[in-house]
Amino acid sequence: MSNEGVIYRISGPVVTATGMNAAMYDVVRVGHEGLMGEVIELHGDKAVIQVYEDTSGIRPGEPVLNTEETLSVALGPGLLTQIYDGIQRPLATLEEVMGVFITRGVDADAFDMEKVWTFEPKVAKGDTVVSGQVIGHVQETETIVHKIMVPPGKGGVVKSVESGDFNVTQTVCVLEDGTELQMMQKWPVRTPRPFTQKYAPDTPLVTGMRILDFLFPLAKGGAAGIPGPFGSGKTVTQQSLAKYSDAQLVVYIGCGERGNEMTEVLDEFPHLIDPNTGKPLMNRTVMIANTSNMPVAAREASVYTGITIAEYFRDMGYDVALMADSTSRWAEAMREISSRLEEMPGEEGYPAYLSSRIAEFYERAGRVETLNGDDGSVTVIGAVSPPGGDISEPVSQGTLRIVKVFWGLDAGLARQRHFPAINWLNSYSLYPQSLDQWFRDNIAQDFPEIRTQISGLLQVEAELQEIVQLVGSDALPVDQQLTLEVARMIREFFLQQNGFDPVDAYCDIKLQYEMAKAILSFQDAAKSAMADGALLNDVVNVPARSNLMRGRFEQGYIERIEAMVKEMTEQIANAVEAN
Amino acid sequence: MTGKEYRTITDVKGPLVFLNKTEPVAFGEIVTLRLSNGEIKNGQVLDTSDDLVIVQVFEGTAKIDREAGVTFMGDVFKLPVSTDLVGRILDGAGRPRDGGPEIVAEEKADIIGAAINPYSRQSPHDFIQTGISAIDCCTTLVRGQKLPIFSASGLPHNDIALQIARQAKLKDSDEEFIVVFCAMGITAEEYNFFRSDLERTGALENAVLFVNLADDPAVERIITPRLALTAAEYLAFEKDYHVLVIYTDMTNYCDALRQIGAAREEVPGRRGYPGYMYTDLAMLYERAGIVKGKKGSITQFPILTMPGDDITHPIPDLSGYITEGQIVISRELHQQGIYPPINVLPSLSRLMGSCIGEKTTRDDHKKVSDQMYAAYAQGRELRGLVAIVGEDALNERDKQLLDFSGVFEDKFLRQSRDEDRTIDETLNLCWELMSSIDTKYLVRLDEELISKYHPENRK
Repeated sequence: MSNEGVIYRISGPVVTATGMNAAMYDVVRVGHEGLMGEVIELHGDKAVIQVYEDTSGIRPGEPVLNTEETLSVALGPGLLTQIYDGIQRPLATLEEVMGVFITRGVDADAFDMEKVWTFEPKVAKGDTVVSGQVIGHVQETETIVHKIMVPPGKGGVVKSVESGDFNVTQTVCVLEDGTELQMMQKWPVRTPRPFTQKYAPDTPLVTGMRILDFLFPLAKGGAAGIPGPFGSGKTVTQQSLAKYSDAQLVVYIGCGERGNEMTEVLDEFPHLIDPNTGKPLMNRTVMIANTSNMPVAAREASVYTGITIAEYFRDMGYDVALMADSTSRWAEAMREISSRLEEMPGEEGYPAYLSSRIAEFYERAGRVETLNGDDGSVTVIGAVSPPGGDISEPVSQGTLRIVKVFWGLDAGLARQRHFPAINWLNSYSLYPQSLDQWFRDNIAQDFPEIRTQISGLLQVEAELQEIVQLVGSDALPVDQQLTLEVARMIREFFLQQNGFDPVDAYCDIKLQYEMAKAILSFQDAAKSAMADGALLNDVVNVPARSNLMRGRFEQGYIERIEAMVKEMTEQIANAVEAN
Repeated sequence: MTGKEYRTITDVKGPLVFLNKTEPVAFGEIVTLRLSNGEIKNGQVLDTSDDLVIVQVFEGTAKIDREAGVTFMGDVFKLPVSTDLVGRILDGAGRPRDGGPEIVAEEKADIIGAAINPYSRQSPHDFIQTGISAIDCCTTLVRGQKLPIFSASGLPHNDIALQIARQAKLKDSDEEFIVVFCAMGITAEEYNFFRSDLERTGALENAVLFVNLADDPAVERIITPRLALTAAEYLAFEKDYHVLVIYTDMTNYCDALRQIGAAREEVPGRRGYPGYMYTDLAMLYERAGIVKGKKGSITQFPILTMPGDDITHPIPDLSGYITEGQIVISRELHQQGIYPPINVLPSLSRLMGSCIGEKTTRDDHKKVSDQMYAAYAQGRELRGLVAIVGEDALNERDKQLLDFSGVFEDKFLRQSRDEDRTIDETLNLCWELMSSIDTKYLVRLDEELISKYHPENRK
C-alpha cells in the first residue's frame, strides 16, 4: 500500500478511493486537479473522503494522494484582519488567483509567509522553556501583541534565540536538543489545544446590550446559544456582539449564511472603531466566511477552523469571543455528508452523533489557566436557526443542553420592531450567581437586587397582560395600571436598543444600572404621588419623563441622567398639587 | 470520450437510470439516451463509480428499457450564451421554444455556476422603486437583492411580480432591467398570462424566458432555474446589464428535488424533502448580487406558494433563511378585495437600511416606515381586543390606532394594477394617513420631521 490511490466512486461532495494507505482525518488531494479532501470513513480497502471543493467533472480512476497530515490551521503573526473561507484560505488571495467567482484546485497560504515581523525575544540563552511558554513578542496590529509560544509537546533549554526582523517560517529560537522554533505553528483543527486547567468563570463579557448584560449576562469563557426564526435578528445581534463586546479578540464565523450579509460585515468592520480601545475593530478580528453556496464540507470544517484560531489566542492569555452564525448550517452540513455516507440517521435525518459534536464544540469554550500559567478565555456564542422557529428540533435542543445562556429571539417582538427581539420571559442565564460578586464590586452593591426588581416587574406585567387581553386596561385598578406603565417603560426605554444608533448601540454597564434605577425611581415617585391623590395620567405624562427617555440617544447621557431623574421626580410630586 | 454507446442499463426507477460496466464517467457529466424507438433523451450523472453509474433523466423515463443505448458526452451541462438570448423563449432544457433558430454561442457556461467570493461582492445600495407603496415604503427593494414573494394558491402573486417587472426602476433614472423569467411547473394558462403581459408592454424584447410547464418533465425543473441564472450571470457580469430574475414556482422545483431524492432512496429530511435542500436552494438564491469591478447586477424575485399557507413549511422556511427578506401575500387581505394584498407585518427587506435615507430616497423614510409599521401592527392587534370587549372599551389612543389600521389597508396598501407611485408620493401619502393620529402618539417620529412633513405644518 502506498499513499497514492485511485478514485472508485463520486457522489456529490463524497468521494471513495481505493488502494491507498489512509488513516481517519488524513488530508488527501483528489483527482488531477488536486482538490482538498479529508478521510472520514474507512471500509476495508476503501477510504471515504469529504471533498472541500466542487466535484463535478471528476472521474473514477483519477489519482488520490494522501498527504498523511490531518486538517490543520496555520497559526502565527498575520492572522488578524484576515478573512478566510472554511479551510483557512484567505478570500483576498482567492480573488487574486481566481477572480470574483470561486473556482477550485487552488491552494493559498493562510497568511503572507514572506512578510517580515519584528521579533522581540522574551527568553535568553540557557533558560528552560516548556510547552506553551512565550518566547517572544510581535506587535501584530496597533492593539494586539502576538505572543510567540513554544508549540505544545515541545520544550527544553534554549540554545540560541534571535532578535530582529524575520518572516514566520524562519527559525527564531533553537533548543539544546536541536529543536528549531519558528513564529508559525500548525495545529489540527479537530483537536482542542491543551491547557493546564479550567477555571469557573467570574467576569462578565460586557456587550453593551442592556438586555444581555443586565438581565442575562454571559461570562467570559462561557457559552451562549441564540436560537431564533429567520428575520428575528440573529445576525444583527451577533454582529453587535462582534463590534461591542469587551473581548480582546473576536473570531467571527459566517457559516453557511448569506453572501451579501458577509459583504456588509466585510465592508463595515474596517471602518468601525472599537469602543474599548478607540482603534479600528478589524485590528482584533479574524473572520471566516463560508457562505451557503460554498462547498458544504468546507462549511463543516469552518467552525473547527474558527475555534482553533480562538484557542490559539486564548493560549496567549487573551479573552477571545467567537461568534458562529449559524450552527444550524454547520449541523446541516453534517447531515448532508452523513446522508451521502448512507449512515443510519437519528432525529430528523441528522446523524446520531449530532449532539455529541455540538457538545464537543461548545466544550472548547472556557476560561483556562494556559500552559504558561496565564489566564485566557474563549467565549462561544452560537446562533441557531430552528426550522419554523420551533426550538424542539435537534440542533436547538443539543445546544440548550450544553450552553448556560439562552437568548431566545422572538419573531413576534421583531414584528413589533422591538429590537433586540430577545424574549425576556423565556431567555435565561445561569451565570448570575458566579458573576454577582463582580457586579457588586465593580458597578454597585445593589446591582443584583435592582436586576431582580426589574425582571420581577416584567413577570408581573406578563400576568397582567393576560387579564388586559380579556377586559381591557381601563378595568384594572390604578396601581396595576401603574405597574403596566412601568413595565412599558422597561420595555421601551431599557430593553429596546437601537443597534444602528451611534450612541444607543453601545450602553455602558454603569449607565445600564443608572437607567434601571431611573425606572424604579419613576415607579416610587409615581406611587407616592398617586397615594397623595395625583392622577395616573398626569404622573405618566410629565415632560421630564419623556426627556429622560429620549436622552439615551444623546452623548453624555451618563452625566445628565441623575439630574434628569431628579427633575422627573419633582414634576411628579408637583402633579399632586395640580390636582 | 464521446461516441461509445453502452447497453448496460440494469435498473430504471422513477427519473433515474442505473447502469454498470462503463468507462470512467465524470460526476455531473451529460448523458444521451437513445431509445429503441429512436427517441433521444438527455440526462446527467448523479453518482458514479467503477461499478455503477446513476443517471437522472430530464425528460422522464417513459419508454426506456434495458436495450436503450447510453452515451456519455464527456462534459458537464453547459448553456450556450450570447446576447442573442435577449428576446428569446426557451424550454426548460434551454432549447428554443419560439420556433426561432438555435442560440449561437459566444461561449458555453457551466450551469452549476461558481460561488461568488464574498470578499469580491459589493454591498447592494441602489434603491429600486417598484411603484408599489407597500414594498417601496416598508420592504424596500435594493438592486442585487434576492427578495422572494411568499404566496399561496389562489392569490395574485403573478400580478404583483409582473407589476414589479413593469415598473421597477432606479429613482430618477430610466435605465431598464433585462427580465429573465423562469417558469417551473406552472400551468400553460399562467405562462400565457405572463407572456401576453410581457408582449403587451413590449417587455418581451428585453426578456429571456425559460419555460418548463406543468406537463413538462418534472426532473427538467432541476436545471431550468440554473439555465436562467446562468443566462442572467452572463448578461449581468459579462455584458453589464441589470437583470431582474423572476422565477415561479419554487415549490414545484422543491417537489422535483424531493422526487429525485425519493427515487435514490435517500434519507429524507423534513416532510420528505432532501437534507441538502438548504444547500441546493442556496446555490440558486446566492446567485444574486453585484460584484466588484462589474457594472451589471442580478436581482432575484423568486415566487413560491406556501403549501397550506404555512410559513413554517420547509420550502418558505429554508428560503427565508437564505433570501434577504420576503414579501408575504395575505389571503385575508385578498378576500377583503385589497390589491396588492401584501401583509407588511411578516414581510421584511434585510437590505432596506442600506438604500433608504436622505441621499437615496428621503430623510424621513426610515422613521415614517417604522411609524407606519408600528401603528398598523398595534391597530391590527386591537382588532382582536375589540372583538371581545367592543370598541367602546378602547381609550382615545387605541381608537385612533384601530381606525388607522383600516385606512392603512384601504388607502396605503390598495392601489391599482397599473398605478406607479413614486417614492415621494408614497411617503407623502404616509404622512397624510398618519395625520389622523394625534401627533403625541407618533412616538417614532421626531419633532424635526413632524415640522417638516406633517400636513398640518405644510399647509
